[in-house]
Amino acid sequence: MDEKLGPPNPQEKEERLRQERVSRRTFLMKVGIALNAIVGVVVAVPAVAYIFGPVIRRKEYLQWVAVGDVSEFPQGETRLITFRNPFSDPWDGATANVPAYVRCSAPGKFTVFAINCAHLNCPVRWFAESQLFMCPCHGGVYYADGSRASGPPERGLFTYEVKTEGGKLMINAGQMPTLQNRAAMEPGPGSTNFNSPSLVARIDPCPNTSGPGTKASTTG
Amino acid sequence: MSEYQRPWYKSVYDWLERRIQIEGPVKDAVLHPVPRNTASWWYVFGSASLTLLILQVVTGILLALVYTPSAAHAWDSLQLLNHQLPLGWFLRAMHGWGSNFMVAVVLIHMTQVFLFGAYKFPRELTWIVGVFMLLMTLGMAFTGQVLRFDQDAYWGLGIGASIMGRVPFVGGQLVHFMLGGPIISGATLTRFFALHVFVIPGILLALTGLHVWMVLKLGINEWPMPGRLVHRSTYIQEYNHLAHTDGIPFVPGAVWKDLVFSAAIIFAVVFCAAVFGPYGPKGIPDPTIINTVPKPDFFFLWIYSVLSFLPAGMETPFILIAPVVAIVILVGLPFVAGVGEKSWRRRPVAVFTVMFLAICWGELTHLGTYTPWSPQMTAWSGAVIPVDLLKNRTPLERRGALVFQNKQCRNCHSLGGLGGLRGPALDDIATRLTEDQLYRQVLLGGGNMPAYGSALSPAEATALVQFLETLHPTNEPAASDASRAVAGQGGPPPNTTVQRGGTQVGPH
Repeated sequence: MDEKLGPPNPQEKEERLRQERVSRRTFLMKVGIALNAIVGVVVAVPAVAYIFGPVIRRKEYLQWVAVGDVSEFPQGETRLITFRNPFSDPWDGATANVPAYVRCSAPGKFTVFAINCAHLNCPVRWFAESQLFMCPCHGGVYYADGSRASGPPERGLFTYEVKTEGGKLMINAGQMPTLQNRAAMEPGPGSTNFNSPSLVARIDPCPNTSGPGTKASTTG
Repeated sequence: MSEYQRPWYKSVYDWLERRIQIEGPVKDAVLHPVPRNTASWWYVFGSASLTLLILQVVTGILLALVYTPSAAHAWDSLQLLNHQLPLGWFLRAMHGWGSNFMVAVVLIHMTQVFLFGAYKFPRELTWIVGVFMLLMTLGMAFTGQVLRFDQDAYWGLGIGASIMGRVPFVGGQLVHFMLGGPIISGATLTRFFALHVFVIPGILLALTGLHVWMVLKLGINEWPMPGRLVHRSTYIQEYNHLAHTDGIPFVPGAVWKDLVFSAAIIFAVVFCAAVFGPYGPKGIPDPTIINTVPKPDFFFLWIYSVLSFLPAGMETPFILIAPVVAIVILVGLPFVAGVGEKSWRRRPVAVFTVMFLAICWGELTHLGTYTPWSPQMTAWSGAVIPVDLLKNRTPLERRGALVFQNKQCRNCHSLGGLGGLRGPALDDIATRLTEDQLYRQVLLGGGNMPAYGSALSPAEATALVQFLETLHPTNEPAASDASRAVAGQGGPPPNTTVQRGGTQVGPH
């Protein structure tokens, strides 16, 4: 045990430090530190850029995807479709298969809703009988046109940009819709009249005639 | 060779010690005196957390031998572990239950430290490091849930991405940063694999080293005595005095309880693993399977509950600000209350806070287990209408019952205890709403109910309301609008006094 090298006593330490404070050696040590700082930056910049790669590539994500023939979507119906995400890797497996709802409200007029609830992204389910989308997570409910009906969502369902080309229905897809990306930029259905969930809009207003009562349907 | 021959193992030891020279520091650490009253069963949770951390590292490495962090194969590799590889299921179960126990024990340790005032001078930094260790532990629990790549993991990531997406200005970028791409995919899984296996454990182990080092250097917190206040100027002296006059060496005086409890905890993990088995994986992580009810793991259920109760306008601010506030409070605690009384007997606010948080956590978790805010997706086709409610009904009313079922009313409203809990139970709805009010409510919705005006034909609406009108106890009539009778007769009935427009209508 007595072979152990004892640490220098405090006076010795002080003495050495004083000698070293201004000398060629301390200067060279500072050069060494500076070199390492430069090397650190040289290594760190590409590393950080690498980590942020998925953000840098954002512009590539959106592409037009054909989701089926126009004739496959009868008027007045909402159909569940799936498509392969245009931006995917072979090892993505089933996760690159993306579902969506196609609604044909009038001939040639299509709305494609993302499956994701505008609240926290859970998959909404379509109930044709009550014409509602319901979310299993926190009870968000949407009307057939995607506008918010009840529950915690702040807005209607996210929609994809749609076009028809050569009898094919195309959507501009590729990324998970969230409140901050392009899906949110397009004013989704129901995003404007948040406080009055489109009740008035859904029901024919009473004609402003002089006499009381009306023959017009009040159930829309 | 007359000299005394040392046994071989002692020579080996001496050879090593001559080079490593670690005997001194270790002896100092294990024999350092601790106040006698810290050798308590209340002081075993810290060491138990460490034991569980080691268990998690070991079982985690063993699982990593087989687990495949590929979105296309992860689920299959978990199935292989569960069903094909001998005792693979047991290792998965150990890791899963170890995680549960670790979160629980860490929280108990934190509560104990808080109630015993151990975060006060000079152990402020030990507490702060502990706060970040808690965050890392929760980070491990969440990322571990992601690696169990099933439907819950997939949609849990979706919830995480959605929360990220709420960050102002850079939300969209953050989502892609978190997911490693535009959607939840293989790149997401490899990111979370790296986090769960390298980044977070690395930080956690480093922080653990620092935490234990500070516990050794600053001494174990003495048992708090009511009235013995902490002063910055005198505390260290008082503590050293206590440790030396009424102290025992840490080994074996205090450590035996740590050892016993750690063994008991590991045994409990083994027991749960063997009896209850591994968690999942549940359904395959295929987003096109939308008939799923995603739920987070037990320790995150309370967050899931909170997210369902926030008013829509408050959601984004709350989600983004509350965690920051919580962390700031935890980190700031030792700076605000760094000296003074340590004993819980004289810290009612501290005791109340713990009780309040525990009750909130318990209740929110309980709600999270049966999610009363969610529609029951299968109730409309699965939950039957009690026979009593259909007996002696007119055809129109029975038709209404069919409409009630077909239009998924049942998903949110229960009858006879079956059905969703999102809306009120309708067993006696007729006593609360008149016929006109029922029409209004069904067609226009309101009060968090969607409007069914466009989904019901007039005939369906009539039938439905007629059925709802029958839903009242036999001894309690349905609510009715008294003015209807008046309007029906073209005026107030005779022999009544009705105040109308300031004119007293007397009997004719």
